[in-house]
Amino acid sequence: MILTKEYNVKKNDFVNAGKVSVEVKRLLKETGISPSTIRRIGIACYEAEINMIIHSLGGDITFNVEDDGKVTLSFDDVGPGIPDIERALVEGFSTASMEAKEMGFGAGMGLPNIKRVSDEFSISSSSEGTHLLIGFVEQ
Amino acid sequence: MKARKILEILDAKQVFVQDEDMLDKDYEYCFATDLMSDALALIKNHNESLVFITGLCNPQAFRTAMMLDVDFVVFVRDKHTDETLIEAAKDLGFNFFKSPKTMFDACVCLGNEGIKGLDIN
Repeated sequence: MILTKEYNVKKNDFVNAGKVSVEVKRLLKETGISPSTIRRIGIACYEAEINMIIHSLGGDITFNVEDDGKVTLSFDDVGPGIPDIERALVEGFSTASMEAKEMGFGAGMGLPNIKRVSDEFSISSSSEGTHLLIGFVEQ
Repeated sequence: MKARKILEILDAKQVFVQDEDMLDKDYEYCFATDLMSDALALIKNHNESLVFITGLCNPQAFRTAMMLDVDFVVFVRDKHTDETLIEAAKDLGFNFFKSPKTMFDACVCLGNEGIKGLDIN
């Protein structure tokens, strides 16, 4: 592993929303990974971080860069879970609060966009938490 | 079109400028929205030569632009801009501009001068 970092994200922390993704992107620029791959990672990380702040009770983000250049990000929150993942993956479906919408989010594009830009995407959810794992390789 | 010409067309003010060289960089495309999710989903190319116009006057606009490798953000509708926003611009290395025009008028003015929209399909 070249690099591993963990971050904690708090529920409704709109002031700091996106700061983890800013740091992840800055760290990635020092790795030699191509700008187009870094852009995809940044977009997915930012959307997932915002989702965690808007929809979850808080959780952790783990960021890894492996020796072969593969990048993984896991987002593990402590609930309340996504009742219907299939619906959440439909563009335009949103359960976001007005506060989230005032911040420019909650248009129902988050999860579909994360899936679109990532090379690996797996998600599971229960009332105890949602676990999202995304992976990226150079294209 | 040079950034300084675009700012002139938009009657835009410089709130905070970190890198004067950027004013002589060329831009060819424009994307305008208040929805950051739409920007993240739809700006897929021409990022380095794109003007991002938004009325969403908070640090998320700069963070979204950073994720997209877009370096030219103009805030429309002459929104109040506070220290938080200036700090975010400084931290992320953005120049900070705002225009009194509405989003519609800003887009029309740039379109009339040859700036293009993105093909999002």
